[in-house]
Amino acid sequence: MRDVYIIGVGMTKFGELWGKSLRQIFVEAALSAIDDAGVDHIESMYVGAMTTGLFVGQEHIGALMADYLGSAPVPAVRVESACCSGGMALRMGFFEVASGNSNIVLVGGVEKMTDGADVTAALATAADQEYEVYQGVTFPGLYALIARAHIARFGTTRKQLAAVSVKNHHNGSLNPNAQFQNEVTLDQVINATLVADPLTILDSSPVSDGAACAILVSEEVMKKAKRPAVKIIGSGAATDYLALHQRDDITVLNAVKRSAERAYKMAGIGPEKIDFAEVHDCFSIAELCIVEELGFVEKGKGGPFIEAGNTALDGKIPVNSSGGLKAKGHPVGATGIAQVFEVVEQLRGNADKRQLKDVHIGLTQNMGGSGASSVVHIFKLAE
Amino acid sequence: MPTPRYTREIPQRYRLEANKCKNCGRISFPPRQICPHCGGRNFERTRLSDQGKIVTFTTIRVAPTQYSSQVPYSIAIVELNEGVRITTQVVDCKPEDLGVGKPVKIVFRKMYPEGKTGIICYGYKAVLV
Ligand SMILES: [Zn+2]
Repeated sequence: MRDVYIIGVGMTKFGELWGKSLRQIFVEAALSAIDDAGVDHIESMYVGAMTTGLFVGQEHIGALMADYLGSAPVPAVRVESACCSGGMALRMGFFEVASGNSNIVLVGGVEKMTDGADVTAALATAADQEYEVYQGVTFPGLYALIARAHIARFGTTRKQLAAVSVKNHHNGSLNPNAQFQNEVTLDQVINATLVADPLTILDSSPVSDGAACAILVSEEVMKKAKRPAVKIIGSGAATDYLALHQRDDITVLNAVKRSAERAYKMAGIGPEKIDFAEVHDCFSIAELCIVEELGFVEKGKGGPFIEAGNTALDGKIPVNSSGGLKAKGHPVGATGIAQVFEVVEQLRGNADKRQLKDVHIGLTQNMGGSGASSVVHIFKLAE
Repeated sequence: MPTPRYTREIPQRYRLEANKCKNCGRISFPPRQICPHCGGRNFERTRLSDQGKIVTFTTIRVAPTQYSSQVPYSIAIVELNEGVRITTQVVDCKPEDLGVGKPVKIVFRKMYPEGKTGIICYGYKAVLV
């Protein structure tokens, strides 16, 4: 396999972008990434999106986006793995460059969630329609089931869960692309409107529109580009039982654990070498479980670890410096690539007010559904 | 829900029919074509017990359209006596009555009417015992 580098990233602001269409936001992010990379063409593209068919009635978006990007007849395909569609699109682009088939590949993610669709029902299609959704469970409901099990088994507290949202809102307040740039307090999170007990609206990522893109290139193109490049040193993906109830241990996100193990193996490093991470905090409990599965802390100790500030901007391992899904926003298909945007900007030293000090290796973790699919990538600033 | 899709699930939803792997003895609910534990492809039909206990639970406050008139309602993952787990509503009780480990019984109930002209959908729910 050849080495693969990222030489450009771009994203739209995340939020309720009523004035802009699905194709507009994607092209905006794509042009921004192309300009950042300084390339004059692309050879192929992968577009991550969860359910544009349900959100805006539009499928076939690989072709649509290639068309509106003025890049037809390049090959273009949409990649879907629920909320980790973006991360999986990155993985497809990574393999295309690594294989030698293409030298310049655009990977992107997009979702337009505020055009009036039944968002709860659309997101629920990532769960088992016949044996979870039919019974009346929702996505917040599934994560609430995980939260209650984690609380019962490990003594995780309501306050520890809320600490995730407080941290991510603080980070979001420093990110001009974030949907929410306001701080929240522990009390506000705990006492907010319940969505699925014990999770409140402030434990939950919002409904968002947005797009993000990255330009992946071979070593040859990277050298000619003469700009700071980030090397992808690890990629791992994994799956699990789709229905939460079928997993032996409700508190374990096995796909996250396995995808991380595979990415660490490819990179030839362990979690102790990771300087910072962007992870899939669709709900506060998700980030808590993920820091455990990624090996940043022992299983069951995520609550105290986060509460003690270890994952804050100035902590031992900053997590979601962008504000995460919670504050930055979660246009589902775009999230996995927006995580890459943050890691690349941090490694290149462009993260302004939220810039982390002395970071060399970053990790992204993007997850589908209640954790039935997960993809992890590891990045290092190229010499 | 289109009628064929609904009809196909009736054995599971009305009678808790499952598959027992002839190789390793593990039960799959709903039935699968391949046993996720041993890869076995030969099964015998079995019916799950209607007794179990709550593994974890929540109360849904924001529901998809077909359930929106029923909020708040409680949902649990229930482990039945055979060790098989299902996601199910827990009804005829208050949210604060639920608890991890509490015993439940599975009952046959109406789920929701399908729009204004569709069929009435049925299935299993749990009640505290
Ligand atoms: Zn078996």
